[in-house]
Amino acid sequence: MISSDFNVILPEILLAVFAMLAMLGAVYTGKDKLAPMLVWVTSAIFLALAAWIGTRQGGDVTAFSGMFIDDAFARFAKVTILVSAAAVLLMSEGYMERRGILRFEYPVLVSLAAVGMMMMVSAGDLMALYMGLELQSLALYVVASLRRDNAKSTESGLKYFVLGSLSSGLLLYGASLTYGFAGTTHFEGIVAVASEGVSLGLLFGLVLLISGLAFKISAVPFHMWTPDVYEGAPTPVTAFFATAPKMAAMALFARVMHDAFGGAVGDWSQVVALLSLLSMFLGSIAAIGQTNIKRLMAYSSIAHMGYALMGLASGTQFGVQALLVYMAIYVTMNVGTFAFILSMERDGEPVTDIRSLGMYSKREPGKALAVLVLMFSLAGVPPLVGFFGKLYVLRAAYEGGLAWLAIAGVVASVIGAYYYLRIVYYMYFGEDREDALDGGRSPVLSGFLMASALIMVLGVVNLFGIESAAEAAAATLVN
Amino acid sequence: MIGLEHYLTVAAVLFVIGIFGLFLNRKNVIILLMSIELMLLSVNINMVAFSSFMGDLVGQVFTLFILTVAAAEAAIGLAILVCFFRNRGTIAVEDVNMMKG
Repeated sequence: MISSDFNVILPEILLAVFAMLAMLGAVYTGKDKLAPMLVWVTSAIFLALAAWIGTRQGGDVTAFSGMFIDDAFARFAKVTILVSAAAVLLMSEGYMERRGILRFEYPVLVSLAAVGMMMMVSAGDLMALYMGLELQSLALYVVASLRRDNAKSTESGLKYFVLGSLSSGLLLYGASLTYGFAGTTHFEGIVAVASEGVSLGLLFGLVLLISGLAFKISAVPFHMWTPDVYEGAPTPVTAFFATAPKMAAMALFARVMHDAFGGAVGDWSQVVALLSLLSMFLGSIAAIGQTNIKRLMAYSSIAHMGYALMGLASGTQFGVQALLVYMAIYVTMNVGTFAFILSMERDGEPVTDIRSLGMYSKREPGKALAVLVLMFSLAGVPPLVGFFGKLYVLRAAYEGGLAWLAIAGVVASVIGAYYYLRIVYYMYFGEDREDALDGGRSPVLSGFLMASALIMVLGVVNLFGIESAAEAAAATLVN
Repeated sequence: MIGLEHYLTVAAVLFVIGIFGLFLNRKNVIILLMSIELMLLSVNINMVAFSSFMGDLVGQVFTLFILTVAAAEAAIGLAILVCFFRNRGTIAVEDVNMMKG
């Protein structure tokens, strides 16, 4: 009995043991000299685990009396999380080594965050949810202030910590009310109580849970930390924040809404729709004045979370499928975009001002074209893959009876297109400035940029089959 | 007779004090850490009250987890704060302002 339980969470155990062994090993031997090797090993382990989890068969398995759920939904999210985390680690290695900030703690903390994220998406109980979420968050607070001799980095870590703890507090308060008024912390038990009508106390618990989760995915009005943390954290860390944790938090959001409150869709879909609406508009409008590309990507991710929430707000199985497809596409686009941002430098110093991209197309036509494809895809211009992601969530919202939200989404994406296209404008028609970018010819970064752009073009054929995987995943969550 | 609602009221009051402490405090980051702790502890009161009134142990187990995590969280918060102090020489909340969002 217990051994079959351990068998279910074997990937998480292996990763946690690896993280602890790696830390002990590095402390007692070469310390930071081992860091490059550790980064490679960690990303190899991430990819191996992703391949293992992806090919693991055997539908719905629960372990530890329902606390841990291993279903197609969790597997889809875990594969996305692990692959994107591996990609970000591979991209960070060169960048961090050149700037002397590659510490052995970095891959260790990323592994621990990955364990937390895997726990989150598999949570079947409020306790498991909380432990996974905190493991992820605590590791992320530390990586945000990884450059401990840099004022901006530590300030971003401090801000992230304070606001992240506030969100954990809200989530916990919601969890305690949910426990009290549903009488159990098991999602199965909660859904049984909630289906017979949501009492006022349970409703408060639900709303507080939603606020806490909205903080983690940086949905408006709980987004204030995002631009500052994205700007202050070292760029590879920002790339990590923008990908794997977003996928994990979004999957957790869907899991809580459908597994624990699936019988009370009417009670939460309006709240989620409001979060979605505000995120889309604020993300699109506030980014217009930004010239720092990291802040710009922060607002971009806020807007994208709004679109993904649109799928969840519809409250249907198709909505969850749309959410998963959208998140997978979003993560792929962001890996490519951050590969480019990491390669933006002048005289060996990182540059984040988008005006320095002036006439970039003349010097690097190939990379400029790849960035153009990614920006068009982020903006949702047909016929690129980003457009199909948007189409998916819009359709889900429309079919879920939220036509007004779908229309608002179209309007917001038109507004948002402005700042993506502005980057393209600078690259192709901007002025050729003195402080233009040079260098940044890392083959790894260019490889990720090109691969991501290529996926955005080639994916239009069949989205690489993620549709059917997402459909199977959504079917296990919503039934 | 002290009933469940009394405990819940105390917890709610403490929780709200914690939130106000986070937003109204303009002086010192340490007070932010104290406010966070207050929020987590008020949740513990909630949990234990529910647990004892329902005769269900899960709430108390949850409380132990929350206490452990709160300790880890305070440790990490203080560590980040020490790094911040080394760079800026201050821990006043109004000096956490290099980036304005």
